[in-house]
Amino acid sequence: MSLAELICPAGTPAALRTAVDAGADAVYCGFQDATNARNFPGLNFTPYELAASVAYAHAKGTKVLLALNTYPPAGKVDLWRHAADTGAQFGVDAFIVADMGVAQYIAQTHPQVRLHLSVQAAASSPEAIRYYCENFGVKRVVLPRILTIPEIRQIRKEIPCEIETFIFGNHGLMVEGRCSLTNYLTGQSTNMDGVCSPASDVDYRRHEDGSMSSQLAGFTIDCFGPNEKAGYPTICKGRYTAPHRPDGYYAFEEPISLNLSRLLPDLIDAGVHAFKIEGRQRSKSYVRGVVSAFRQAVDDIRAGRPANIADLVALTEGQKQTQGAFETKKWR
Amino acid sequence: MTKLTLGPIAYHWSPEVRRDFYAKIADEAPVDEVYLGEVICSKRAPFQEADLPDIIERLERGGKTVILSSLAEVMLKRERKATADLAELDSPEIEFNNAAGLFARGKRPHRIGPFMNAYNEATIAWMATNGATHVCLPTELPGPAIAVAAKAARDLGLGVEVQAFGRASLAVSARCYHARAHNRTKDNCLFVCEDDPDGMPLRTTDQNPILRVNGIQTQSESYVDLLPESARLVGDGVTHLRLMPQVVDMVAVATLFRCVLDETLELDQAQESLENLCGGTKVSNGFYHGTAGYRRINAAAPL
Amino acid sequence: MACTVVQPLLSRIVRRIAQEHPSLFARLGAHQSTDFLIDPVELPFALHLRPDPQALIFRAVPRDAAPDAGATIRGQFLLLLELLDSEQDGDAAFFSRDLEVSGDTEAIVRLRNALDDIDGSIAEDTAAMFGKPGRAILSRLRRSYSDDTKGYPQP
Repeated sequence: MSLAELICPAGTPAALRTAVDAGADAVYCGFQDATNARNFPGLNFTPYELAASVAYAHAKGTKVLLALNTYPPAGKVDLWRHAADTGAQFGVDAFIVADMGVAQYIAQTHPQVRLHLSVQAAASSPEAIRYYCENFGVKRVVLPRILTIPEIRQIRKEIPCEIETFIFGNHGLMVEGRCSLTNYLTGQSTNMDGVCSPASDVDYRRHEDGSMSSQLAGFTIDCFGPNEKAGYPTICKGRYTAPHRPDGYYAFEEPISLNLSRLLPDLIDAGVHAFKIEGRQRSKSYVRGVVSAFRQAVDDIRAGRPANIADLVALTEGQKQTQGAFETKKWR
Repeated sequence: MTKLTLGPIAYHWSPEVRRDFYAKIADEAPVDEVYLGEVICSKRAPFQEADLPDIIERLERGGKTVILSSLAEVMLKRERKATADLAELDSPEIEFNNAAGLFARGKRPHRIGPFMNAYNEATIAWMATNGATHVCLPTELPGPAIAVAAKAARDLGLGVEVQAFGRASLAVSARCYHARAHNRTKDNCLFVCEDDPDGMPLRTTDQNPILRVNGIQTQSESYVDLLPESARLVGDGVTHLRLMPQVVDMVAVATLFRCVLDETLELDQAQESLENLCGGTKVSNGFYHGTAGYRRINAAAPL
Repeated sequence: MACTVVQPLLSRIVRRIAQEHPSLFARLGAHQSTDFLIDPVELPFALHLRPDPQALIFRAVPRDAAPDAGATIRGQFLLLLELLDSEQDGDAAFFSRDLEVSGDTEAIVRLRNALDDIDGSIAEDTAAMFGKPGRAILSRLRRSYSDDTKGYPQP
């Protein structure tokens, strides 16, 4: 049986302490700049905060993974290298990387620190994963959220590294690391700036009838009736019209959360080594609730006890949830 | 001399349309290199394979260099096999769009496609030491970064390519949005994407054209147009300009680019002609100028 | 009228928070000078916050005399209080339409992230400033709120 480590999000030092206290095996976080894919306003860590946070986590036996999972544009590579040097100096337990140049720099300069391959690298076949393992010594791959469990089981047999999968949170539709939708509308790049639907370009408009529309850079992404659940204006979760769909439909995906709690035993059985909870941009309250619920469930499963799956399902109560591609390839 | 290339057809054009298209390109288009092969959807590939040898022969007879492009997404068995088979070929040249191809190819010579995320000089240097001879930069890379990347690649002896015309690829997914729009699944799509040879238009609910759906791919509504920036690109060390096939007169598009590169036509006049060719489709160069990709920045970059 | 009564308390509260949590201002970045309007729907007044460490403003204002705010946050008072303390998840409250925001979204996200990085409970600390009566008021508020919002999804 795999170890089923719980990998938890930390957007601020307080959230990191919350995740550690709630039973995270590892937390992942990033600096306050473009070197990570959650470069959101007011979020993330200064070098000083990271140093203190690593000390806090290590004192409680929790690992710290530093996300350096964006793609440096030419001429700005040094920012990523300095971030790696700083992380190594503070004793982070692994770097999560996507760019080959960044991976190679770390493999050469900080060979003592583990490399994890970010979902942003979009390695979805055994061959692609082995490319990163053999060339950069990658020890773990975070799989894109597009594979079914039988496919994950098969990949596990063909690769020399650990597998981490997302189990809960925001459900990205596009192949990560290959998406320029935000840059097309806002001029800020997900790959180069670590930005997705930046808040600075988001506008909510209330209408007379109580409905509310969400806009990104002046483009209407969705409109919600007075009693309809709202969503953040992420382009891949917007409502659009097509020639034969004049009424507007979710062309890519509905605003929905990934929740694989029912599939935890199957994922463990398929050889998944670590479970990732999405949400560095979410609050401490979210981190506390989700991490402690999954901690309990994973402990139960590992001890052979029936896990209280219902509690996990309730975490997204009131919001739509999906098992996405993991359950059936019909999702595609 | 700066070369013009024709990128792989992103859409599901029928075999007849493809044959006619490439015959015309072979005879009339002033492009130097042509990329062939299915990059977007592995289900479409069988429709093209039978004609591929003839098309290659036809293009080479017309003096074009042919390069085969690999799939951008490799997940299923047939996609893995297609990529591995491509990696075995000695000729024509191969362009990889997925790390699975790099794995299979090892250090034998190959080109790096626009989906490989060669964003910077460190990654390009890594790729060069592992057999890359040519790199197509990501379409969203802004001008100053293109200049740095191009110089690094040139210093390593690599060809450097930038998309200068056509819809930008904005995203790929495991899910087919053409099938979804018609309430089908990817496995049961009935190739409905064939009905949209220039992509399926998406508008915002307040009727603002925004994106195009092409199977698993999402594209820009606007055509990227770096004709005004072409001299600057060449000055910065870019060796190849890529024109993506759209439902417009691609021979005329290529001719305009050739004329501007050769300085046989005034830029303003060429740009006006190009916009006329594009009909109702807007052109954009925002990515190059570091702003929203859909925007058209009028100030032609000074040399 | 109500505004004048609560004003001395508000000033004390905000000065105390600023003293004890200086890192909050770094996360606000340029939005230290943004005017926030916090609008607890069931109270007779709204709150005007400008989190400028040099010239901190936190005052009660009648709704009809509220300043032009850069960002507005509207919801039930106790929901706002619980968001302040990370008892509730802001995203979840927003998705469920219990929380309404308008104006500069980045300013709101920064304020949210800045407050979320504070350990412990600002509400408890504030109540404690007013001794036993303060704590009693807070717990009464909480009771009435939880009766009010039975079935409210806990994220």
